[in-house]
Amino acid sequence: MTQAKTHTDREYENQLTVLRERLLLMTGRVEEMIADAVRALVSRDERLARETIEKDHQVNRDEMECDQMCLTLLARRQPMGSDLRFITLALKMVTDLERIGDLAVNVCERVIDLMAFSQLKPYRDIPLMADRVQRMIREASDAFVNGNESLAQQVIAQDDEVDRLYDQVFSEILEIMRRDPGVLEPAIHIQSVIKYLERMADHATNLAEEVIYMLRGRDVRHFGKLS
Amino acid sequence: MNLVSAVRVLARPDACEMSPTSPPPGIQVRHLDFYYGATRALKDNNLDIEAGKVTAIIGPSGCGKSTHIRVYNRIYQLYRDQRATGEVIIDGQNVLDPRTDLIELRRKVGMIFQKPTPFPMSIFDNVAYGLRLHYRLSNEDIAERVQGALCAAALWDEVKDILDRPGTALSGGQQQRLCIARALAVEPRVLLMDEPCSALDPIATARIEGLIQELRGRYTIVIVTHNLQQAARVADFTAFFLMGELVEYGATEQIFTAPKDPRTEDYITGKFG
Repeated sequence: MTQAKTHTDREYENQLTVLRERLLLMTGRVEEMIADAVRALVSRDERLARETIEKDHQVNRDEMECDQMCLTLLARRQPMGSDLRFITLALKMVTDLERIGDLAVNVCERVIDLMAFSQLKPYRDIPLMADRVQRMIREASDAFVNGNESLAQQVIAQDDEVDRLYDQVFSEILEIMRRDPGVLEPAIHIQSVIKYLERMADHATNLAEEVIYMLRGRDVRHFGKLS
Repeated sequence: MNLVSAVRVLARPDACEMSPTSPPPGIQVRHLDFYYGATRALKDNNLDIEAGKVTAIIGPSGCGKSTHIRVYNRIYQLYRDQRATGEVIIDGQNVLDPRTDLIELRRKVGMIFQKPTPFPMSIFDNVAYGLRLHYRLSNEDIAERVQGALCAAALWDEVKDILDRPGTALSGGQQQRLCIARALAVEPRVLLMDEPCSALDPIATARIEGLIQELRGRYTIVIVTHNLQQAARVADFTAFFLMGELVEYGATEQIFTAPKDPRTEDYITGKFG
C-alpha cells in the first residue's frame, strides 16, 4: 500500500482511516479477550471468565459495523487497486477476529466447567501457547498498520510453533487420561482449550496472509498445497 | 431511403442473424510518436492489442488516449500540423505507410466518437451512407446490410418502423448505436470507441456496454474511457497512459486489483502526494 500519498477526495481518505482505526480497535479487544481467558484459566477466576464472555458482544458489534462500513465504501466509492484490496481484506479480517473472539469465549466456558474439578497439572505450556497466539495477532496487526510484509511472513512461520506446543500438550493430557481415567472430564476440557488456542493461531495466520495480499496483491494462501 | 426498401428489409427476418466473419486482427504498435506541430504528444508507445478482445485505454485528460487511437485509422490526417512516426501494424500492414489507402483503412478501422454524430439524413441513409461509398450494391443488398448492421447494433427493433425518420430525431443512446451501426455496415475489423458513453445516461450506457460484449470476438475493440468502472466492466485488457507514455498494460483484472506501477496505482485509487 502506498502510505505516503493521500486520496484527492478527503472524505474518502477519512472514511478509509476510520475503517483502519476501527479494525485496530477490534484487534486490541480480541487480544485482551485471549489474555483474560487464559488468566482466568490459570488463576481459576470464574468472574473474570464471565466478564470476558460479556466482552464478546462488543466484538460482535465491531464486526457488524466494520462490515457495514466496507459495504458502504464498496457501493459508494467503487474502490480499486490497493483500496479494493484493503476493503476486501477488512471484510475478511473482521470475520477472523470475530471467530477468535468466539474461541476466547469457548475457552472461558471451559474455565467455568473446570471450576468443578481440581487442577490436573500446573499450567506452563498453555499460557505459553496463548502468549504466542496473542503475539501472532499483534504482529499481524502491526504488519497491517505499518505495511510490513516480512513481519506478516514471520507470523505465518510462528504457526508451526503453536502447532508443536499443541501436539506436546495434547500428548501430555492423553498420558494423564491413560494413567487415571477418573480425570477424563477435566482432561477433555483442557484438550478443548488447547484446540481453541491452536485454532486462534490459524485465524492469526489467515490475518497475516490477508495482509500480504493487501500489501503486494499476491495470494499466499494454501501456498504449494493446491494441485 | 425510400419506404419500398424499408418494406423489403422487413421481409428478411434472417438478415439479423450474425454471419460468420474471418477472425479480427490484432494491432501491433511499435515506437509510436505523435506530434501536434512541435509538441510531442505520444512518446515511444509500444503495445500489442489482442485480436477479438476489448482493450480499454485509461488515463488523465491530456495523456494521449484519444491521440493514440486516432493514429490507428489515421483520422488525425484530417487536421493540419499533426504527424505520427513509428509503426501501427494491422493485418500485417503498417497503416502509417504513406501508400496506405485511407478510405479502405477507415472502412476496416471504424470509429465511434464521444458525441453521437448522426448525419442529417434518415436513419436508413445514415447506415447506407458508407455502403454506397465503399461498394456498388443493389438496393436490395443495401437494405439487407442496413438491417444486419442495425441488428448488430441492437437498434433494429426500435427503429424498424421509423427508418425514414431523421437520425437526429433519435435519443442520444439510440444515436450512438446508430453510429455504431453505420460503422458496422461497412464490415470493419477493428472498432475504435472514443468515450462512447460520456454523453449518455446509465441505461443508455448499459446498452452500449452490452453491445460491446456482444461484438467482442467478432471485432477487435479499443475503447478510450475516463470511466474506470466502465473499463473494469467491459475490457479484457487495459492500458494506462500518462503524459503521452504507456505506463502499464495488462489484463483488466490485474490492472484494477494489483497494478504493478505505482503511477497506475495512484491514478486508479485517486491519490496524490
